[in-house]
Amino acid sequence: MDLQILWFVLIAVLWSAYFLLEGFDFGVGMLLPFLPKDERERGQMFQTIGPVWDGNEVWLVIAGGATFAAFPAWYGTMFSGFYLALLLVLFFLIIRVVSFEWREKSESPRWRTAWMWANAVGSFGASLIWGVGLSNLLYGVPINSSGDFSGTFWDLFSGYTVLGGVTIVTLFAFHGSTFLTLRTTGDLCERAAATARRLSVVAALIVAAFLSWTVAVAVDRNDKDVFPPILPAALGIAAVALAVLFVLGRRSGWAFVMTALATVLWVATIFTSLYPRVMVSSTDFANSLTVDSASSAHYALAVMSVVAAIFLPLVLLYQGWTYHVFRARVGGDEVEAPPLAPTAGGAG
Amino acid sequence: MTKELTLTFASTVVDLARLQFATTSIYHFLFVPLTLGLGPIVAIFQTLWHRSGQEHWLRLTRFFGTLLLINFAIGVATGLVQEFEFGMNWSVYSRFVGNVFGAPLAVEGLAAFALESTFFGLWIFGWNRLSPRLHLATLWIAVLGTWLSGYFILVANSWMQHPVGYKIVDGEAQLTSVWALLSNDFALRAYLHTMLAGLIFGSIVVLGVCCWHFLRGDEVDLFRKAAKVALIVAVPVTALQLVVGNRFGEAVTSAQSMKIAASEAQWNTCQPCGFSLFQIGGFSKDDQTPSFSITIPKLLSYMATGSFDGQVQGLTPLQKQEQRKYGRDNYMPNIRVIYWSMRVMAFAGVLMFLVAALGAWLYWKKKLERARWFHWTALVAIALPYIAATAGWILTEMGRQPWIVQGLLKTSEANSPNVSTTWLGISLGVFIALYITLGVVDFVLMRRYARPDRPTPKEELPEPAVTY
Repeated sequence: MDLQILWFVLIAVLWSAYFLLEGFDFGVGMLLPFLPKDERERGQMFQTIGPVWDGNEVWLVIAGGATFAAFPAWYGTMFSGFYLALLLVLFFLIIRVVSFEWREKSESPRWRTAWMWANAVGSFGASLIWGVGLSNLLYGVPINSSGDFSGTFWDLFSGYTVLGGVTIVTLFAFHGSTFLTLRTTGDLCERAAATARRLSVVAALIVAAFLSWTVAVAVDRNDKDVFPPILPAALGIAAVALAVLFVLGRRSGWAFVMTALATVLWVATIFTSLYPRVMVSSTDFANSLTVDSASSAHYALAVMSVVAAIFLPLVLLYQGWTYHVFRARVGGDEVEAPPLAPTAGGAG
Repeated sequence: MTKELTLTFASTVVDLARLQFATTSIYHFLFVPLTLGLGPIVAIFQTLWHRSGQEHWLRLTRFFGTLLLINFAIGVATGLVQEFEFGMNWSVYSRFVGNVFGAPLAVEGLAAFALESTFFGLWIFGWNRLSPRLHLATLWIAVLGTWLSGYFILVANSWMQHPVGYKIVDGEAQLTSVWALLSNDFALRAYLHTMLAGLIFGSIVVLGVCCWHFLRGDEVDLFRKAAKVALIVAVPVTALQLVVGNRFGEAVTSAQSMKIAASEAQWNTCQPCGFSLFQIGGFSKDDQTPSFSITIPKLLSYMATGSFDGQVQGLTPLQKQEQRKYGRDNYMPNIRVIYWSMRVMAFAGVLMFLVAALGAWLYWKKKLERARWFHWTALVAIALPYIAATAGWILTEMGRQPWIVQGLLKTSEANSPNVSTTWLGISLGVFIALYITLGVVDFVLMRRYARPDRPTPKEELPEPAVTY
């Protein structure tokens, strides 16, 4: 297979991994202000993602680095074009990253509430912008003949792209709730399941609407046929519909599998609709960036392919092991085990 | 007139983008080297505990482990900004170098950052879930990840200083040899220099914190043990750094003659050349002779070339050479800034060696925990590695100007053309506000968990248990 196509697929895979894994982290974060009824339960929710969130965020770093290395022109145009949006993402991600480590460093209720909100707002904001941002790759933004973004911040917002953001927020919240159903116990678990039931139908409707619209946008604005974009879109709608059934049927394991699949298929639909372009130009279609025009030369791609072939399986292996180590449900009578208990236990 | 206006405007955009990169990367590098150096020291504590079963090593692991993690969190948060910033503010640069420069960044994510992030998670939460041996291994693997990470980042940065293993095709750099990129002599020396800096950070900070506790008479026995480990690391490492820094200087001399000439404010070619310790004036073309200076004969020749009779090219002939090669422009960096950043770094390096040596001597004489004057010295010395590292990066990056990639691309032509001063102003404002807030919280937390009257532990030490 052509290495350029391989790397286009790999970048789609990296975004999928990021959405699948950080998706439930963001979902848990967004539910923080609503689901727990006391500080102990908030601690438990933090604990479900505590050991893994940093490993999950790595997929974003890899996706960014891989885009830089394999498609420098795409990286340059996208990052400079989505400037203020990415600035917001960075802001949201930073306040969220430090909230994990810092929240537990003081017993003061105001301190803890503040960092809980930092995590919730960071998770919500980052999800919303990623949804809007990736939808924009397909919907198109103004790109001039030298390959630079020539629009304003507000060009990123249209009915379709905003729906993309809303879809990701809803889907991640749903995904997070099915994750919590698997990772908690007792009362908190019950409420997570109830939240999953409440979110399920709404999420399914929004995802179905967005993925259908995506196929239409691919045909309208990116010169695609209905097939192949219809394939991941249909599968994505099927996954989210099955998720509703499993959630209502209290099959929490399968429900999580389906929300995970729906997340991956959301990304797959966008990337399938994009190919062979990587960023559509809304001003002059000819200015769109393509896999061919935006990619690195063969040698660099070959080197990167070897590196990816060695390290991707390795990362998957040890991250998989991490999930195995922390597979026990959080909660019950177990006291929240503060990381590094004696000094970091954080009595006020 | 329109053209002139455009030029002025462009230069403010570039200036703002540079200011932003300088701010965010210097800030990022306040946290990174402490992680690089404190990581192995905490791992040594835990290894000693694992080997001996003595509780004080476990307590030290946890005490300094907490500081490590508070610090690591900001390092991660600010690292992401660096990766995004290339594309956001420097899209022309990104397109020009992505083929070569992007590869080590991508590999860093995949091979190193993934390792450290995942294994720090395992270490933090794995106390009661992993066997003691496996739990210890997770920390060493995380440390390995941080050290690998440093290597790939410095490979990328060194390519900007001394490009190798590439060819220019259609106005873009293309990778031709990944081996040349990874074994770049400049990168290897920079790597050694930077990792030693990390160990200096770790050991000087641990020593300073121990001395704070001696000063208050808090758990003197416990912190004497930590101070001993810190001194065992600090003495050889600070001494070695003086030599390695020097060897690194030689690599700079051959790759970036202008940077070395600027760091010495050396206007004319000299042989042999004296090293100026201090000078007043002599920093501009119209004022080339300092009105006052203290100089050590022949030392610069040795530092820059490895021979006491070596020749060091001067700024004026280098400027002429570069003009012939690249066309009319100013190829000299800001001499005053480069001269002083070099000195601040070097003097701080020597001071840290003296502090470490003095501490070791006091320890040997069994006077360390009673020498109050030294406790204050070591406490204040915590600032030194931070000052040295900041000055070192200012020297490295500002000394390369006007180039963003030495000899290939100028900084003034590398920014994102579509990013306006407004956007840059907004983002700079957001980062500065955010970073100041993070810095204050981090400082307060670090201080709170390092101080003698730190929060008392709520729980007993956990019984590390094998669950499977």
